Formats: sequence, C-alpha cells, structure tokens
Amino acid sequence: MSKTFFIDTTRCTACRGCQVACKEWQGFEGNQTKQIGWGSHQNPPDLNPKNYKIVRFSEHKLKDRVAWNFFPDQCRHCVDPSCKYPADEYKKGLAILDDETGAVIYTDACRDMPKDIFQQMLDFCPYNIPRRDEKTGVINKCDMCVDRVKAGLVPMCVKTCITGAMNFGEREDMIDLAKKRLGIVKKEFPEAQLVDEEAVRAIYLLAYKPEMYFKTAAAKPGAFDVTRKEALAKMGQSFRNFFRV
Amino acid sequence: MGITRRNFMKATGLGAAAIALGDIGCSSASAQEYSKQLKIKGAKEIITSCPYCSVICQYIAHVKDGKVVSTEGDPGYPVSEGALCAKGAAMLSQINDDKRVLKPLYRAPFSDKWEEKSWDWMVKQTARRIKDTRDRYFKEKNAAGQVVNRVDEFFHAGSSQMSNEELAVHRQALAAMGVVNIDHQARVCHSSTVPALAQCFGRGAMTNHYIDIKNTDCALIIGSNAAEHHPMTFKWVLKAKEERGAKIIHVDPKFSRTSARSDFHVPLRSGTDIAFMGGMIKYILDNNKYFYDYVLNYTNASFIVSSKYSFNNGLFSGYDPKTKLYDKSSWQFETDENGLIKTDKTLKNPRCVFQLLKKHYSRYDFARVSSVTGVTKENLRKVYDAFAATGKPDKAGTIMYALGWTQHTVGVQYIRTGGIVQLLLGNIGIAGGGVNAMRGEPNVQGSTDHAMLYYILPGYLQMPRASDATLAEWNKKNTPVCKDFQSANWWQNKPKYMASLLKGWFGEAATKENDFGYTWLPKLDNASAWDKGDNSFLFAWEEIFKGNIKGASIFGSNPAQSIPNANKTRKAMGNLDWIYYADIYHNETTDFWHGPGMNPKEVKTECFLFPAAHRAEKEGSVANSGRWILWHNVATKPRGESQPMGQIIIDIMNELIRLYKKEGGTFKDPIVNLDFYGKYNAEEIAKKVNGYYISGPNKGKQISGFTELADDGSTACLNWIYAGSFTEEGNMMKRRDLTQTPLEKNLGLYPKFSWAWPANRRILYNRASCDMNGKPYDPTRIVIQWDGSKWVGDTPDGGKPPMSTGKGTYPFIMQTEGLGRLFGPGLVDGPFPEHYEPAETPLTRHLFSDQLSNPCLKVLVSDHDKIAAPGDPRFPIVLTTYSMTEHWCSGSETRNHPALLEAEPQLYVEMSHELAEEKGIKNGDGVIVESARGRVEAAAMVTVRITPFMIQGKKVHLIGMPFAFGWTKKGCGDTTNRLTINAGDPNTTIYEAKACCVNIRKADKLTELDINGVTSENEMTGGNHV
Repeated sequence: MSKTFFIDTTRCTACRGCQVACKEWQGFEGNQTKQIGWGSHQNPPDLNPKNYKIVRFSEHKLKDRVAWNFFPDQCRHCVDPSCKYPADEYKKGLAILDDETGAVIYTDACRDMPKDIFQQMLDFCPYNIPRRDEKTGVINKCDMCVDRVKAGLVPMCVKTCITGAMNFGEREDMIDLAKKRLGIVKKEFPEAQLVDEEAVRAIYLLAYKPEMYFKTAAAKPGAFDVTRKEALAKMGQSFRNFFRV
Repeated sequence: MGITRRNFMKATGLGAAAIALGDIGCSSASAQEYSKQLKIKGAKEIITSCPYCSVICQYIAHVKDGKVVSTEGDPGYPVSEGALCAKGAAMLSQINDDKRVLKPLYRAPFSDKWEEKSWDWMVKQTARRIKDTRDRYFKEKNAAGQVVNRVDEFFHAGSSQMSNEELAVHRQALAAMGVVNIDHQARVCHSSTVPALAQCFGRGAMTNHYIDIKNTDCALIIGSNAAEHHPMTFKWVLKAKEERGAKIIHVDPKFSRTSARSDFHVPLRSGTDIAFMGGMIKYILDNNKYFYDYVLNYTNASFIVSSKYSFNNGLFSGYDPKTKLYDKSSWQFETDENGLIKTDKTLKNPRCVFQLLKKHYSRYDFARVSSVTGVTKENLRKVYDAFAATGKPDKAGTIMYALGWTQHTVGVQYIRTGGIVQLLLGNIGIAGGGVNAMRGEPNVQGSTDHAMLYYILPGYLQMPRASDATLAEWNKKNTPVCKDFQSANWWQNKPKYMASLLKGWFGEAATKENDFGYTWLPKLDNASAWDKGDNSFLFAWEEIFKGNIKGASIFGSNPAQSIPNANKTRKAMGNLDWIYYADIYHNETTDFWHGPGMNPKEVKTECFLFPAAHRAEKEGSVANSGRWILWHNVATKPRGESQPMGQIIIDIMNELIRLYKKEGGTFKDPIVNLDFYGKYNAEEIAKKVNGYYISGPNKGKQISGFTELADDGSTACLNWIYAGSFTEEGNMMKRRDLTQTPLEKNLGLYPKFSWAWPANRRILYNRASCDMNGKPYDPTRIVIQWDGSKWVGDTPDGGKPPMSTGKGTYPFIMQTEGLGRLFGPGLVDGPFPEHYEPAETPLTRHLFSDQLSNPCLKVLVSDHDKIAAPGDPRFPIVLTTYSMTEHWCSGSETRNHPALLEAEPQLYVEMSHELAEEKGIKNGDGVIVESARGRVEAAAMVTVRITPFMIQGKKVHLIGMPFAFGWTKKGCGDTTNRLTINAGDPNTTIYEAKACCVNIRKADKLTELDINGVTSENEMTGGNHV
C-alpha cells in the first residue's frame, strides 16, 4: 500500500533541518536571498527549483497570546494528482504516479514541456507547488525521496526532523497517527484540523485555521469533490481559482 | 457518479489499485529508476560528530572512494536519535567546501595578499617568532619582586572547536612557553556558569543531561532560546509536555521559536532576571512552597552566618570602593570550639542562612519586580505558581538556561538565583530537575575541563598565583579543610591531582625534589583589585590595543567578530607583530588586515594561517553539555594540506623544543623538559588524559579512576576528572552500547553509551534524590536507591551509605561543607544575588537600592571604550544580541554553507511595531543602529514578537540582533558587536553582550548590506509567489 507523510505543525520548531537536509540530499545550490526589502525569517521566500521544501513562517497577535505558525511546505503527493492531468494530456509518462509509494514524480523529460502545459500543471495544483528552472526547463518539486523510500529509508526531511513533526509511513498508520494527534491537540487548540487528509499523501495537522499559516496551506473547499472527468473537460481554462484558495 | 479526487483512495482500496492505474497513468517503472541512483548505496558508514552546539549530535558520513558523498543523523546517538537541525544537516557542504583554507598561507607585513607557503616553512617561522618574543620579554619577577616566570607579551585564543586530546596537548605547550594570556570561547559563552554552579553545588557543569529533560514536570526556560540554539532539547521538552503533561514556560525578552512551542511566553527586559528570580525566591518562601526536609538536610539553610555580616542599600558588608572588591571575612559562617559550623536546625535564628535569605528577598515583591522587569504581575504569578509547584518530593522542575543568563555583568549571580530556587524546591540531584547550563560550543565543556583559560589548570585546579611560590604553598592555599566527618570534602584530594598533572606534563624531569616542575609554571599576579591578576579577553585585548602584547596564536575562533566593542578589537589586532592561526575558513579575524577601515599597507602584522582539518577528518573526543565524552572517527583524510589542530601545535612546539635544545634561551627548562609527542595520536593522548601508573606494581597500566591518583609522583594524569575514560578495558568514550536496566530505561539513562565525567555519573548530586535513609523521594523517577548494602542505579555521587546510618556523607561532596549553598560566601560580588542594572541602562535609578550597577563591575572606560551614562537620552533603547539556529556563533563557518546562508542571508534587527511606527521604519527597511561605540547596518524585521516594556512607569523599547554576519561574506552585513560593551562580570569577566543601550533610525544609504554585484549561485525562478 502507499506511503504518506504526516506533518504535525504543532510540533514544528522551524529549525529548518528539513529544508536544509532536503537541499543537501538533492545536491542543490543556494539561492541569493536577502532581508532588505523582505524582513522575514522565511527564506527563500518561496518554493523554487532549488528548494523542494521551505518552512513558512506566519505571525499573529491574538487576544491572549502570540501565534507564530510554522509550516514545512512541500508537495502533498495528491492521491489523484491533478497536476498530472495536463501533463498526461500532453504526453503520458512525463509526470508519473508511482503505484508502490504513491509518490508523484516529474521526470527529467518534463524539461521539454511547452510553457503553457507547465502553467496548466501549476494552475491545477491546489497548493501552488511545481516550479520550473527557466534555464534548464526542468520542472521539479518534492519527489518523496523515492530513491530512499524504495531502498527502505525514510525521506530526508523525515529522517532529520527533531521533534516528530515530520512523519512518514504506511498510509493507514499515518492517518491513525494524524487522528490521534488531532484529538490531543484539539484540547489546547479548538480550531485544530487535518488538512485535506483524504486527498493527499502529505497530511498536515494545524493548530489554527489554514489561512493563519499561508494562502495555499489548504486547497479550496470542494477542490477534491470534482471528478477527473469534470476537470479534464475544463482543460484549457484556468483552473487556478478552481482548486486553489 | 464519477470517482471524485477526494474519494479516489477509498474507492481503490487495499489491493484494488488496478482499476484506475492504467487510466491515470501510474507507473512504477520510471520511479524504479530513481532508486537505482541511491547515492549512498555501497558507501562506507563512519560515525562522527557535528561541530556545532553542545548537543554534539552524531552523524553518519557516507564515504565512497575516500570522499564523503552524503551525511545524515546517526540513529544510534540516543540524544538525537538520528535527527539533525539545519546546521547539522549541512555537514556535507562543509566537509566538501572548496572555500575552506586548504594550504598554509602567509601574509607579510604591509602586504595586501596571502601567499602559499610550505608547512615546514610555516612551522619554522612560527616557532622562531615565539622564541624571539619569549627570549626578549620573559619576566622572571613581577613588580612586587615575586617569581612569576611568564611571558606577558604572548596571547592565546582558542578553541572549543578542538577535541579534548588536542586541548590537553595545547594547554601543556602553553604552560611550558610561560603563556598566561589564555582565553577562548568559554569566556564569552559560559564562564559565569562555572563559579556560579560550583558555588551552589560544587561543580561548574550542567547538573543533568539532555535526555533527562523528558523527566520534568515543569521546564523553566529562561535566558535561553533552546529550540533555536540547542534544537535537540525540544525533542525532550516536547516529550515531557506530551507524555507527562509538563508545563513549558519561556521567559525571554522576545517571543522566539522556543516561545512558539511553550505553554506560555513571558517577556522581560533584558538585564533584570535577578529581580525576576528574586521575586520567585520570595514567593516560594512566603507561600511555604519549599521542600522542607531537603532544605534542612541538604542545604546550608541552618548555618549561622557571622554577626559582622550585613547588607545595606545594595552593598554587602566589607566593600572597598578603591579596589572595587569585598573583604569577605564577614560573610563566613560561625564555628564552634571544634571548628564545626554552628547551625540552628529550627531555622529560626535570625542569623541563620534561611532567615537571612528571607530577609534579603523580602524587598522582591510583585510591585517592585514588575516595575523593574516590565513583567506584569499576572505573568509573574503565573510563572512563580507553576514552577513553585515542583517543590513537592514527587515533582520535578528543571531550569534550562544559556547565554541569556551568562552574558551579563551580574551573570554569575543570575545563575545563582537558579541554584537557590532549585535547592529550595529540592530539584537538584533528581531526574527531571537541575540547573541545566546548556553550554555553547561543540566542545566548550571539554575546553573548559582542559582549562584553555588563564585562571585554571586542567581539571579545575587553580592557576598558580605569584604568592604561591612552591607546590606546598599552592597546596596549602587551594586545598580545603573540613572538620565535619560527614563531609567528604572531595577537594582535599587536590594535591594528588596537581602532582599527577605535573608528572603528565614534565614526565621523568618532574621529581619530588623539584616540586614536580611546579616552579616552571608561569604564575599570575594576585587579584588584589578589580583589574589586577585578570588576564581574560577584556584585559588582554586592552593590552593588545596598547601595543603591550607582541604575538598571538588564535586557533578555531573569531574574536574580531564575536567580542564586544569590535571596532576596538579589530583595530587592536594591527598592533601585534605576528599572529599564527589555525582554522578551517578565512574569517574576520584571520583577514582583519584587509577588513573595513583597514589599509593593508599600514598593517605591520605578520600572519601565518595553518589550514585545520575538519572534525570529520580527525579522531578524538568531545564533551557534550551533559558531560558525555563522545568519540568521533575519521570519515575522510584531511583535505588539501590541512592537519588536525593537535598536529599543528605539536609541530610548532617540537620545533621550539629543537630550537631551545640547539640554541639555548631564556628559562628553557619547562620547554626542554616537556614530556611531549611526535605524531598526533588521539588515542595515545587520551590514555594520558585518563592517567596511568608510572611506578609501583601496576607500572604502565591505566588507572581506572581518580581515587587511584597519588601525590607522590607515582601516577600521571592530564585531567583527573577524565580518569576512567580510557582504562585497561579500553576506550570507554567509544562505547555505543544502548542496553539499559528497567531503572535506566525509565529515566533515559545510557550508562554504557560513551562515558561521562565524573566517574560515568549521569546525574550529578544524585544522592540528594533520596531521603536520609537512601529511599528515593519520588518512587516513579528513581535515580539511585540504597538496597541495604549498596547504591543501585546511577553512579552514586559519593558511595558512602545513607546519612541515617551515621556513616554517610552529605550529598554535595565537592563542597567543603558537603551541602548545597543558599548562602554562597565564595563569590566576588556577594553571598546572595542582588539586582543591579546592566553597565549601560536606560534607567538612572532602580527600586531595589541606590546602587545602580554591580559595585564590583569590571568595565573599561576610555576614548576607545565609551560607555553611555545611565539614562543617556541619545541611546534610550535596550539592545540584546543573540544567535540563531541557522548560523553558528560568529557565522564564520556557516556563512559558507549555501543552504544556511540562503535561509538567513543578512543581518536583521527585530523590533516592535510600536517602535517602528515611532521611528518611521517599515519591515524590510535598511536601518542604522548606533551605540556610544559604533554603528551597524541592518534590515528591519518588524514583529509582534517584541513588545515595549513599562519600566518604573516609563515605556522602554527593546530590540534584538544576531551577531553571525560579518564582512568576509559580502553583502550580509557586519558584526553587531561593534555596538556592544566592554563590561564584565566581576567573577569571570564574561562580557555583557546581552544588554547595552542604542538608538535606531532609517538608513539613507546602505553599504554593508549591498548585494548588488554579489554573484548569485542560482536565480529564483518559477512559481506564483503568494
């Protein structure tokens, strides 16, 4: 059966071990980032071809406390990945769903994909995940460390996580764990919730509403209630606002 | 109905995947291709240690064809269980970084470049400089005519980046050279911990260990941003919270990543923790929250203090304003005719410690404490209530602190408040308790143990002073005597440790007749006034500035970046004739001569830069903060021409020995008689650190523990507290056995994993977890217990039977009196902690006394060491400085790692929205921060995580800045320490890096943060930014 991440943000200390470990494993170079004109610990500011994973920071002054929310953002490896629809329509086998792990993978062959197809893939993604290296054309995002997973190891971000915020395992086990943790966390944070747990293989537990983290922490309500057929029928129109908040 | 994307998974179900696979294009073939590329397949796995922070996470280096191809956490290290924070996760980049120093480099006087030189040339030139300087300036006698045999013109800095064996060798070499200006990172990070904790409990080290945090019922994290600076602690903090329902409290000026994961955060003005903790002491006493039996039996609460003792308006009795020192005779305890301390077991005598404590803190009421600290009364009560609840026998509370407590001009007394609170609550010696000093650097515990500090010798033996002319005199002065037979008074063994150290250093040349070479040791002047006999950074750097110090060695450290008043520090370096360095990267210190404002053509200093091997390229041991000594292995051979720092000093010293043997020279005995080494061999040195028999029936054998050491020259031992680390059974530090008894499993003790000083004891003072009968106070968290014939559990801290048998000893065996000290008569600035303002303060008076700042304060004031007057309107804002997860200390290493630099690329200043509005500053703006000493550019980070404080009815703003950014990485900014102040705690001269006064304004123009022209390694592309 397939694998799933359970990402417990209530345990995350934003140490960014996952962000860095991912980069080191993938062998990515650094980005030129800055604080001038930016003024946030969230750096790089967004996912990019050299960061499959970034920790997002969001701070709020609440009535009786400060909430500083951390969100290790990455591909959700959707159970039925909509980013694959336009890719498949263009040419099958470029974007693949690995049946053994459930990993959604963009192959190197995606580099030759026309711009508009990439744009459709991006628009179809409820979480704004895929990125393209404009120089090489390579389209990439988290690949679930499928090389490690197939060798019986856990993804690098999970391996390095200190507090148990990042978890990985058989899907049923992760769903059980997620529900158990939700029950506990709800006692302190009544708004706590799991995000799109039925539709994704990276299930987030949040203490507050998704919009308290960042815009696309969760998919647009109803995004997963469309059928594949309906989605395909609308191909060519912008789906961005259809799936995404 | 079609299959929606939400219910797709349900529909396919277990094993029914086939229905849709073809349709949606699943494929395992291509994915399979990925697994074939697994880069660590077939690689050799070597376990070594992360070189950042005192958790010292172990990691696995995957090595193929001699090259490290990947690194990841070692699941076999029970503290980290395979995890790594951002820094540890970047190990691969560091080891393989081509920006490292890989060749010996030389910079000639007035030159503007480095030149490559041969190793041999570098060693010869360096040794020659040392010899010439030593021969010319060697001082046999000081101004008072006392024999001192030292070289005041030589300065050494570093390093807690070295392994224990390298440190042992280096300290030996420095002693032989006659160097007394010895200091390193420990001064700046945790020097205040050592006397503070030693005064409270007997040893200057973290009482418990990292895993033990999971056993607590309440963690008071104060003066620490643990989640960011010791990230692995939060594995255990969250475990305590989730599994025990522990309360996690964070008290700190700003809301940080630690606060985010705590139950609540309480902001307080930097520099006021004594007031905060003093209020807690009063609360505990007023509300009878203390653990009565513990206080009565295991602390000095019942001791009667001299009738001459007094405290009046901020000053203790005995103060001399001329020397800025106290005559401490009135702080002593009264003794009876047998020399035993008088006690009152009813704790009612007005001169007993308990009553004096009550009286002293009676002023620390909610109103005063709130007004000075800026903490609301409601928040004070919340913290006091939660923590004082651990004063029950079956409850445990821990205090976790770090540099937020240590780096103050009252830093030692800050830590003392923690000790007093924990003694009152009975939280010392127990699981889940303690005063847990989270040390900084990745072997700073080891470098402190091995005394890379001017005032001690390895194993916390006092450095000889000018008045200690002979070994007998040294022994007499430094060996405590106690008449109470129930006190183990362990330091009575000190002469054995000193004799064994000297035998280790001088070998056969050390004989009983020549005091084992004691007279060859350099002697410090006596500390007759606040500024006398102090060779720490603060004073040594002043001597460098004045041109009185001629040569320096700087190993694995970056003082031009990390020491306060950096403008002075940097300028001073150009007054040195020569410096030899060992480091793995260029940094602001190695390259000071072409830094901002320096014209290389005017800098005379000759610089020799030795390329140092990375920790993964050498073997040796390092001590984590919990005193576990961990062995690290060689993953790959040293890159380029780099060598272990141990080899560098051995090469230089051997050349020096050769020169003295060949040419003679001033006072050559300590050099030519040194029992030294050829090739650096960590295991051989580790054996000597442990100690062995020189004569007798066991001649040549390793000793098994420090009780075997002797004062007659029959044993050699480079560090008595490490005795037991390398015995006849082998290298105990290498042990990786995770097996546990049920008792050990319950607490997370791993006695067979590595080795802990002293005597493999994991929780210090552990007999205090039991009552007088040896029965654990808390049956659910048994550390040790008496089974009727022996102690079972952790290595007992003193193996005698329980006290009730009449044959026992008190639980604090390193204290002369054997008890925890509520009243501490041994510190420089008072037996009880008292609130004083920082050296620079926005206030002109405070509510506790008329004594504004520490009366024994060490502060330099001159044109190059300016200080703002109290309440100076030019500098109304409090600045506190700190580190962060992504960079290590001065940042000289981590700024070179792409993944870390991109995560934290530039110097920032965190400030409240209120202050930003007052100053017209917006988030991301370039700003200028100024103090009396300098100005710094930073990017504004406007945040709800910092709020203004109401102090004595007035609004006071606080801002915070990291110090990790320096000019050698273009565009990232330059050191924040250009703002901070040259003021030190009177006990250890640790700098007050955590509080000074500044102002802030929007910048018109930026130069330090200009990234135009900086080549990007990769451009940001793609994606819809949200």
